[in-house]
Amino acid sequence: MPLASYQTSVPVVVDDAKCIADKGCTVCVDVCPLDVLRISDMTGKAYMAYDECWYCMPCEADCPTGAVTVNIPYLLR
Amino acid sequence: MALDQIVDGLSEVSCDVLVIGGGTAGPMAALKAKLKNPKANVVLLEKANVKRSGAISMGMDGLNNAVIPGYATPEQYTKEITIANDGIVDQKAVYKYAQNCFEIIEELDSFGIRFLKNENGDYAVKKVHHIGTYVLPMPNGETVKKALYRQLRRARILISNRYMATRLLKSADGRIAGAISVNTRTAEMLVIKAKAVILCMGAAGRLGLPTSGYMFGTYENAANSGDGYAMAYHAGAALANLECFQINPLIKDYNGPACAYVAGPFGAYTANNEGSRFIECDYWSGQMMLEFYNELLSGKGPVFLQLKHLHPDTISEIESTLHKVERPTRGLFQQGRGVDYRSESIEMHISEIGFCSGHSASGVFVDDNARTTVPGLYAAGDMASVPHNYMLGAFTNGSVAGIDAMEFADSHGFAEFDAADVAKERDRVMAPTKREDGIPPNQVEYKTRRLVNDYLQPPKVTRKYELGMRRLAEVREDMQERMIARNAHELLRALEVQSIMDCADMAAHASLYREESRWGLYHWRTDFPEKDNENWFCHTLLSKQDGRMTSEKRAVEPYVVPIADDEKDLYDKQRIRARA
Repeated sequence: MPLASYQTSVPVVVDDAKCIADKGCTVCVDVCPLDVLRISDMTGKAYMAYDECWYCMPCEADCPTGAVTVNIPYLLR
Repeated sequence: MALDQIVDGLSEVSCDVLVIGGGTAGPMAALKAKLKNPKANVVLLEKANVKRSGAISMGMDGLNNAVIPGYATPEQYTKEITIANDGIVDQKAVYKYAQNCFEIIEELDSFGIRFLKNENGDYAVKKVHHIGTYVLPMPNGETVKKALYRQLRRARILISNRYMATRLLKSADGRIAGAISVNTRTAEMLVIKAKAVILCMGAAGRLGLPTSGYMFGTYENAANSGDGYAMAYHAGAALANLECFQINPLIKDYNGPACAYVAGPFGAYTANNEGSRFIECDYWSGQMMLEFYNELLSGKGPVFLQLKHLHPDTISEIESTLHKVERPTRGLFQQGRGVDYRSESIEMHISEIGFCSGHSASGVFVDDNARTTVPGLYAAGDMASVPHNYMLGAFTNGSVAGIDAMEFADSHGFAEFDAADVAKERDRVMAPTKREDGIPPNQVEYKTRRLVNDYLQPPKVTRKYELGMRRLAEVREDMQERMIARNAHELLRALEVQSIMDCADMAAHASLYREESRWGLYHWRTDFPEKDNENWFCHTLLSKQDGRMTSEKRAVEPYVVPIADDEKDLYDKQRIRARA
């Protein structure tokens, strides 16, 4: 069966201006229990690659520059 | 090379004691094993990252079961849990926990984890349970993981993050020989030979589907997909009382605790839409959950946690704990809904089903030394069968497991496993990556968990269970023959679905075996609505025998702490009666 992609609005938002992933920081990617964050090849910044979030907060709490915001996933907001 | 790209590789390492799962029980087990024999190699394997993994990823708001001298005795606690768990308790393990847990509290305190104390410097314990007083708030409970991590580094525990264990290895004579794991970001496989293995892999929390429909909006940390239950099963270990599901009263939609254990001692209570109390006690028992369920369906719902009658300062104090520790996004959620605890009550609902001995009694069978039925294999925390053991039980029983496992490793060599077992497991793990076309893991998972809700959620109806098992078998076939994973991350999810499917099968099998109703809502069988002590006052043990799922009865060990006849049904009297 062929696959189609599925639109979803993701709960974790990264402020590119504050994110220092392009300087080598990987804190948010490292701590996420569900391993849903990645560093973009294009921008060098962190982003939510997989919408599989437990809205638990380590990414936001541990980010050294305050670049990460965790929102409540839309379906349960 | 890009993260998530699949690498076909296999390597092998060895250690004395392998601890799988770095949440709560795991770090303590690893630490105690290493302290027992500092020369030995202890590996702590974790699917996520030990810094922030498990149920206490963001800390914990309190100890639910602290047996503190002056407030409670081990005898009293053992009695309370025996009654709360409808009598089906091997008391030796509960009693041992109750005796040891105060020492663990003091040890955690020395790690820098702070508990609430009164003006005299004594622990400020609160009453939530039906009979005794065991709840110790942790207003600074956000420090738990950091404090544990410091101890692990100091003791030089070897930590391997982002490795998911998939199967255990055994020797021909049935002794544990190690585990097979896969890197969740590269799909490279790693075989770890070990003299003893401790499973601390948490609850099976991704079993039912939350009512929000968001697959990862579970009560438990959604990483807890029941891998430990599945691994223990395939290794031939016995699993106890899996029909005693975990179901919790939670903030509706948010699906996290409200939390009556935090707010109750300050005067908050559970109420129906008329504002009336309907349960005697907010402690999470199956009997309490049944009354909660009945109230929701009676027309007197919704059910609320009521705080607005409290003094604003008290509410602020409760808020500061609820919105900072354990599930800090509770504050964000309530803000989004426009709910202020000062003027509005918190709407509650009941959670999806799961397995968890932390809150109920469904776990891998262990004795009072945390030993499973497989020699050299241990289990602790939410996935081990010591009932109602919560976070402090994970720490305390993790400690027991670590010490006993190191003693086992010190007196045994490595057991030999068959290389064919590794080859076979490698084929199973990698199969979804070898297909060009098929069904993605998220769809297989959604369908499995939707069927769990439709057919396995209590009330348990035999005919529904039979239909559910047929449907699940069809999805299993799709999972085995057609599921695809296009990168290492999808492979992680594909492996988790296989754990979830195994847990669904075990939940169904165990529930059909016990032909009575027990533990309130957790095992309410409409075809056998009464408690039947004559035939079913026993544990049920589920295991894999000759490749087939099998259940058998096991007698409850004679009680260490006797329970008087008039005490046995105290938890059955949860509903508040109208007084004449």
